[in-house]
Amino acid sequence: MKKEKFVVVSNESLCSNVYKMVLSGDAQGITSCGQFVNIRLDGEYLRRPISVCDYDKDSLTIIYKVVGSGTEIMSRAKAGDEFDILIGLGNGYDISESGATPLLIGGGVGVPPLYNLAKTLIKNGKKVTVILGFNTADEVFYENEFKKLGADVIVTTVDGSYGKKGFVTQALPDSYSYFYTCGPEPMLKAVYKATSTSGQFSFEKRMGCGFGACMGCSCKTVTGYKRICKEGPVLRKEEILWES
Amino acid sequence: MGKLSVNLCGTELENPIIPASGTFGFGYEFADIYDINCLGTFSFNGTREARFGNPTPRIAECPMGMINAVGLQNPGVEKVISEELPKLRKCFNKKVMANISGFSVEDYAYTGQKLDQEDIVGWLEVNISCPNVHGGGMTFGTDPDSAAEVVRAVKAVTTKPVIIKLTPNVTDIVSIAKACEAAGADGLSLINTMLGMRIDLKTKKPVIANKMGGYSGPAVFPVALRMVYQVANAVNIPVIGLGGVSTAENVIEMMLAGATAVQIGSANLIDPYICRDIIRDLPKVMEKYNIEKLSDIIGGVNNG
Repeated sequence: MKKEKFVVVSNESLCSNVYKMVLSGDAQGITSCGQFVNIRLDGEYLRRPISVCDYDKDSLTIIYKVVGSGTEIMSRAKAGDEFDILIGLGNGYDISESGATPLLIGGGVGVPPLYNLAKTLIKNGKKVTVILGFNTADEVFYENEFKKLGADVIVTTVDGSYGKKGFVTQALPDSYSYFYTCGPEPMLKAVYKATSTSGQFSFEKRMGCGFGACMGCSCKTVTGYKRICKEGPVLRKEEILWES
Repeated sequence: MGKLSVNLCGTELENPIIPASGTFGFGYEFADIYDINCLGTFSFNGTREARFGNPTPRIAECPMGMINAVGLQNPGVEKVISEELPKLRKCFNKKVMANISGFSVEDYAYTGQKLDQEDIVGWLEVNISCPNVHGGGMTFGTDPDSAAEVVRAVKAVTTKPVIIKLTPNVTDIVSIAKACEAAGADGLSLINTMLGMRIDLKTKKPVIANKMGGYSGPAVFPVALRMVYQVANAVNIPVIGLGGVSTAENVIEMMLAGATAVQIGSANLIDPYICRDIIRDLPKVMEKYNIEKLSDIIGGVNNG
């Protein structure tokens, strides 16, 4: 974990209520794809945890959906605005287990953390397939960005207004070496049931601190209690215990 | 004795800054980013049995603060002693404060007696904001007699100073404080969180799975300060002030109200460096207000 000042380079709407913010600053504290950052906002007490979409040593890209007062404040940020951000939080995805043909499955704002993961896997010579699931055509984002990385991209929409009609689990390829997923919990549960290999799931939970101090985001797993912010947000398929 | 030092129940603290239990874990997350030996001490929490705590979500955003209903997640006193304290000894060379909670008088005595055996534990801080399962679920700390019973039970099993952490969710905190002092408490810490609630307008459900939780953060500072002032004036044992403290100025204000030492809680969760920074800031804030030694200002509020 590092605390750094970041300056907004751009902050633009990608589609309905979803924004992409590019920030510049020292991002060397981010050590793995799938980690998240925790952003301090004027007028809010708790920081807001947001997954990292992409990063290099001096920049950070996040994609977020406006769902409440915190993300609403973020959506109004302008180039040049400064944020105090805790970076390098959480364990991130372990790419050593991917095999040759990993499958990445993202739903809605669960898509962003898969971007840097896809980039990293492709750089490591893996043949990556990505399934991006959305409710409807208006909500689709980042299809072309994943294609530009060289991934095979399948888009699904629940209402069939774009790409393949249905849920991400209805678009699973016949074979893949391993999978990585992030998205709303009902989707994660469906992926858990529908997948044939082992894989890693990134979870979202209401957090206090984001770095393991308050125990606010704990969950029960096969291997004991884990803090989503510290031992997560990525859990392996074998250790997940669904609460309901 | 440095100009920041204070004496807490017979032990000198290098400075009065103490991260509050439930906001600092066992210190490791903070030891990764700064040397936690700069602290006066810190408080960690433990119970007789391992606890996961309450269902999630158990955190909520609030104006100038937050609500938590974590519910004392900890591995249980045996594992605290066998696994956590050995790790803590490697990154912390001072005495630590053990905050104990219980759901019966026996729980408190059991946990207190176990931690009494540990050299690294300098003080037992007793959280009496828990429901008494044998007393119809009434909170120990809301009744002078129940509070006193817990004090006597812990005092009987330890030679370490016993500090009772008081709940603000009472009509008259002074009467509880006096009952604890009369029962043999060596010190008091206050305030614990204030009972609060939030409702999500979209779902119309409480934000917290447990419905209610403890409100903390800068919003409660004036309430905490008032209670510290009232209690410090009514008892002859040291008082640790806490509740929304976030700056060196807040620390000085708490001490003027009568606090011998000051705990920092929620602020650690927002800025993990806050305690280090407050300790760094204290000398220049003291200079600004012509304070030579911090211990000189304890209870020094000028009532005109």
